[in-house]
Amino acid sequence: MKMTMMGNYAASWGAQLSRVQVIAAYPITPQTLIVEKLSEIVADGELDAEFIKVESEHSAMSGCIGASAAGARAYTATSAQGLALMHEMLHWAALARLPIVLTNVNRAMAPGWSIWADQNDSLSQRDTGLMHIFASSSQDILDSTVLAYKIGEQVLLPTLISFDAFFLSHTMEVVDMPPIEDVDKFLPPYNPEYKLDVNDPRSFGALTSEEHYYEFRYKMQEAMDQAINIIKKEGKEFEKLTGRYYDLIHPYRCEDADLILVTSGTIAETTNVAVDELREEGKKVGNLKIRIIRPYPKQDILNVIKNCKKIAVIDRNISCGYHGIFAQELKSALYNETNIPVWGYLAGIGGRDVKIENIKEIADDTLKSDKPEDLIWKGVKL
Amino acid sequence: MRLTIPEQEIMKPGHLACQGCGATMAMRYGLKVFGRNTVLTIPACCWAVIDGPFPYTAVNVPLFHTAFETAAIMASGIKAGFDALGKTSTNVVAWAGDGGTFDIGMAAISGAAERNDDITYIVYDNEAYMNTGIQRSSATPHGAWTTTTPVKHYKRGPKKNMVEIIAAHRVPYTTTASIGYPEDFIKKLTKAKETRGFKLIHVLAPCPTGWKAEPKYTVKLAKLAVQTNIFPIYEVEDGIKYTQNIKVKQRKPITEYFKYQGRFKHLKDDEIAFIQKKIDEDYEILLKKLS
Repeated sequence: MKMTMMGNYAASWGAQLSRVQVIAAYPITPQTLIVEKLSEIVADGELDAEFIKVESEHSAMSGCIGASAAGARAYTATSAQGLALMHEMLHWAALARLPIVLTNVNRAMAPGWSIWADQNDSLSQRDTGLMHIFASSSQDILDSTVLAYKIGEQVLLPTLISFDAFFLSHTMEVVDMPPIEDVDKFLPPYNPEYKLDVNDPRSFGALTSEEHYYEFRYKMQEAMDQAINIIKKEGKEFEKLTGRYYDLIHPYRCEDADLILVTSGTIAETTNVAVDELREEGKKVGNLKIRIIRPYPKQDILNVIKNCKKIAVIDRNISCGYHGIFAQELKSALYNETNIPVWGYLAGIGGRDVKIENIKEIADDTLKSDKPEDLIWKGVKL
Repeated sequence: MRLTIPEQEIMKPGHLACQGCGATMAMRYGLKVFGRNTVLTIPACCWAVIDGPFPYTAVNVPLFHTAFETAAIMASGIKAGFDALGKTSTNVVAWAGDGGTFDIGMAAISGAAERNDDITYIVYDNEAYMNTGIQRSSATPHGAWTTTTPVKHYKRGPKKNMVEIIAAHRVPYTTTASIGYPEDFIKKLTKAKETRGFKLIHVLAPCPTGWKAEPKYTVKLAKLAVQTNIFPIYEVEDGIKYTQNIKVKQRKPITEYFKYQGRFKHLKDDEIAFIQKKIDEDYEILLKKLS
């Protein structure tokens, strides 16, 4: 059934379709609509779930961890400061191997207070051990939520689904809502092998010596590696159900491209339009959308970029003291594998709009340049 | 023979506690009452270590170790998970030290209390961060030495009153207890187990290591704290009904309690007199609240 909805509500309905059993959440702009809608859905009896109205985001993630450890499917949503407050418990969720799904509306970190789109909040959680999706449409948000449970419950890892504040969270788009009966066929009830069980008393997360901890990390990495194939397998299963395919990366007109732009989030959608216009101008430009940054799709990326001459990464984030995080990640993937030069651009930080013409300018600048640069501040006003 | 302490032993031997650990006695009593249909969550505190290293456990019920400030919400989350799965009869108990309760855990405790989540929160109070090596907490009493309140700058200011703070949330049940009075503690554990909604038991659990006392005095100190009125035993129902459970006819001087502990030995007569005056004043305030 096709419906028009904001990105935030696509997250709420994604959770509802996934039949989440426990929600623990706290309000923060621009995420609040997600949990408001879920409150209504639960209150109206459209979803049989316990809803803990917690006193902080730290407790939101902790409540999900407790519920998930008990064997229930758990969900929460947040943004920026809230995600930062959860940080400790993101590590906890991942090391406890609990397949919680967390939606984060990408918002700039304060100060100064900003509610606008920026990826620094979720990329600061890169090393916590969560799988990390950047959704670029409302449909992607809804579908990713269902997929995240399906994948996470196989590899026992939590998933962070991020998308841009306002450009997506508060923008109306047409979303195809799959019938819940179809989703039920795709996503069976959560039934973990290990859980808190009074008939099988175990201790979870006890004091761990150096004899064992290293191997816990090895197992997490192994799970991330396995997730790459499971993401693809479940993507194909989901396509059979809905006609929509989701992969770790989504290349657009990259096959014969001289220049490949590497993008994420809503900028990726705008870049597809920019690429069409550039192609009409006779410029062989493609767009490589990175949908999932953890696990990192290194081999997939190498397969797509192998024949291009130049790469330009557009980052709506910065690791101050170095440069854009997607650019860092891409360059580390390319090292030892290829000599294709990489240009690193920043754009859209703090919610500044990134328009088609800005992306075309980035493409034109890169096509003209013969000297790659790590950090180019597009549009900075000094 | 009528038994006032349940015979069943859930906790197993082989734990890692210090000699004379009051917190370990508290757990033994706690599990006797709560039984096997119980899940524990324990944040950073002595008990995170006492239970033993992976893959061992001493408590013999499911135990979820959690972060320092999260015992209350972790219990609420586990309870919500069990409720969602229809396992509504399982007791969910948060088991935390005073640092994880009086200090870093306050926000989550207040949240769970205000929501009246159906969990039991048991704080075993050894009056400092003993697991990290005896640093002051807001449960450390006035006058005490700790490694962060050295003798020259001993802890000044009253111990935070956790029962009053929780009672102000109007929860069904909150109480003090002492491992020196196990029958009273057992009654309270039973009442908490049988009451729906948020319950907090604040049990005094002396720490010979941190209090600089001989291990053989753990129970004696737990009794003297009550008999000197520095730790009165009372409960509060629904935030308003105050009951004194152990009545002290003639309170002993505080020096009787202090003399077995190294942490107070630096105190001079005028400082002890000040502490005695405060204890008596606080006790008068409590008596006025009794229903």
